[in-house]
Amino acid sequence: MTRIFVPRDAAALALGSDEVAVALAPHATIVRTGSRGLFWLEPMIEVETPAGRIAYGPVEASDIPGLLAAGLLDGAAHPKRLGPPEQIPFLARQTRLTFARCGVVDPLSLEDYRAHGGIKGLERAIEVGPVGILDEVTRSGLRGRGGAGFPTGIKWKTTADAASDRKYIVCNADEGDSGTYADRMLMEGDPFVLIEGMAINGIAVGATKGYVYTRSEYPHAVAAFDAALAVARAAGVLGSSVLGSRYTFDIEQRVGAGAYICGEETSLLESLEGRRGQVRAKPPLPAHKGLFQRPTVVNNLITLASIPVIMSEGAQAYHDFGMGRSRGTMPIQLAGNLRFAGLFEAGFGVTLGELVNDIGGGTRSGRPVRAVQVGGPLGAYFPPALFDTQFDYEAFAARGGLMGHGGVVVFDETVDLAKQARFAMEFAAIESCGKCTPCRIGSVRGQEVMDKIIAGQAVEANITLLRDLCETMKFGSLCALGGFIPLPVLSALTHFPEDFLPPVHRAAA
Amino acid sequence: MPAYEPWTEVRGTEIIAAHADQEGATLPILHALQETFGYVAPEAVPLVAARLNLSRAEVHGIVTFYHEFRRHPPGRHVLRLCRAEACQSVGAEALGVHICERLGIDWHGTSADGNVTLEPVYCLGLCATGPAALLDGKPLGRLDADRLDAALERAPLERTFLERTR
Ligand SMILES: Cc1cc2nc3c(=O)[nH]c(=O)nc-3n(C[C@H](O)[C@H](O)[C@H](O)COP(=O)(O)O)c2cc1C
Ligand code: SF4
Ligand code: FES
Repeated sequence: MTRIFVPRDAAALALGSDEVAVALAPHATIVRTGSRGLFWLEPMIEVETPAGRIAYGPVEASDIPGLLAAGLLDGAAHPKRLGPPEQIPFLARQTRLTFARCGVVDPLSLEDYRAHGGIKGLERAIEVGPVGILDEVTRSGLRGRGGAGFPTGIKWKTTADAASDRKYIVCNADEGDSGTYADRMLMEGDPFVLIEGMAINGIAVGATKGYVYTRSEYPHAVAAFDAALAVARAAGVLGSSVLGSRYTFDIEQRVGAGAYICGEETSLLESLEGRRGQVRAKPPLPAHKGLFQRPTVVNNLITLASIPVIMSEGAQAYHDFGMGRSRGTMPIQLAGNLRFAGLFEAGFGVTLGELVNDIGGGTRSGRPVRAVQVGGPLGAYFPPALFDTQFDYEAFAARGGLMGHGGVVVFDETVDLAKQARFAMEFAAIESCGKCTPCRIGSVRGQEVMDKIIAGQAVEANITLLRDLCETMKFGSLCALGGFIPLPVLSALTHFPEDFLPPVHRAAA
Repeated sequence: MPAYEPWTEVRGTEIIAAHADQEGATLPILHALQETFGYVAPEAVPLVAARLNLSRAEVHGIVTFYHEFRRHPPGRHVLRLCRAEACQSVGAEALGVHICERLGIDWHGTSADGNVTLEPVYCLGLCATGPAALLDGKPLGRLDADRLDAALERAPLERTFLERTR
């Protein structure tokens, strides 16, 4: 029977891909995959034909009889036919290194994984050993994709150099930022790439045990990754002799419990150890004293998933992409009120304007774009006047923002930036771990002050108060939650001051 | 909808024991309790404390720190509606107001007929297809009032569908 690929990515499920798979099952062999990340076209199905795969989308279960009658199984013409998926402009413009297999392969088939270039990186890592791996990763220029952009090679070297009876690799799959879903997509669509990356990391630093800390809001990713772990163990990719080598490595998945702060690495470690997720003061660095007081590498999922391609294709090939000190590719996640929202992996350097207007096609609502929040709830709101900002760690910092985990959330002209500023404070109040006063008390005060500003009470005085409060939080907070929450608040105030005017003046502005 | 067992000390103790012998066992235990009973029963707290050599206050502190853990049994269906920024940009706030009115409850509440518990969630990773929700674990996307109402009406049937395919 003809093979048809139907995504099982949670976002595709949310749009009815299970129902599509059920409707197609009597007529074809169904292979469930991850998503290619073209979410406005989901559920997007792909039919295997002698001429290659042909995509159709967005497909609903009710479309199936018509599609079959039109010759779906031969890849025939139909209004929903999209042609070869690689030629869809949104995909054709990307550089898919980390996401090369996502949406293409059966996520639980190691054969598929190998056939599409997987495992080569791990084989080479075993060949060159720890020193060779550390050299390759350092030369690739890879920096942490979790937000802080710390050079991965240096982090690994620190842990490799720390002497200890045990060391750990911890994958941060807490992905709490609104507007981000790259970790989730990979866990559901290409979980072996994470397993491979972590095994390479383990060999590099001398760790034999890895933990993946996944947020509980991702039940499908949790299930998919556990299934992949079982396959990897059975095949000897994990275990006492990784791929038959002298290296031991195994991975266990742990599930968070709805606390945003547990994405912060020391809070995550506390949570893994079974406590409240309260931030630890640094030093000691996790690289020296991390999980259970042992040297620990904590890396974001995308950082780890970038390792296999660096090892298989070489540091230089990876380094050749990007700009300045931001090397390689970044899986950018286009989200919110956008016509073509989806995963866009590209070398660093693409501008915000290209992403929003050109690639993203403007708003889904059809109204003008007014603001874009980049980098999650701690990231700044950008007005279209700053759309020339390039995707690069330094460029975003220079504009008073942060790139974070690469989430881009688009708002149309109906957005009220004073409300968004209030939400930032409310979010900080809900999610503060409570360890330090500026954040714990400041966020609650910030919410109250924003309420007064929105109600038009002593607006000028309250704006002064808000700025003071942001200063205190920025400089007095122990971690980046309290330290960066001023970014969305102050950027809203700076770029959209009209939204903070008393209601009577607002109409005139 | 997952069928929850009523809390009993015997079952509780059994579940705690099954997960206690691992490093950092607290969260795995609490998750297992909630999966079985729908919530972390207050009666479970001293049992967990005793098994893990922690004080009751510590365990209580952990249960209350994490937003995910419920301390009361939920309704027959749990709707976790996203309230984060990407969903806000496509109308999540109005949708929240609608559903609170329709169910006659506030966030974290359970409708008077015991049918639906409404929980806020801050991002489900479905930010390109918002407003998003999980209804009994099933992802929902591009929601508006009509689609959400329809999903809630279908919820009891979904269960039979799921059980049939299991
Ligand atoms: C409040 C807060 C939330 C964070 N959330 C995440 C997260 O969800 N995922 C992540 O990888 N890093 C997150 N981080 C950053 C981590 O602390 C850490 O820098 C990162 O996991 C290191 O990995 P990397 O070097 O690969 O980026 C967060 C930091 C803060 C302060
Ligand atoms: S800034 Fe907030 S979240 Fe960070 S340590 Fe202080 S109280 Fe905790
Ligand atoms: S913001 Fe709602 S799913 Fe991410």
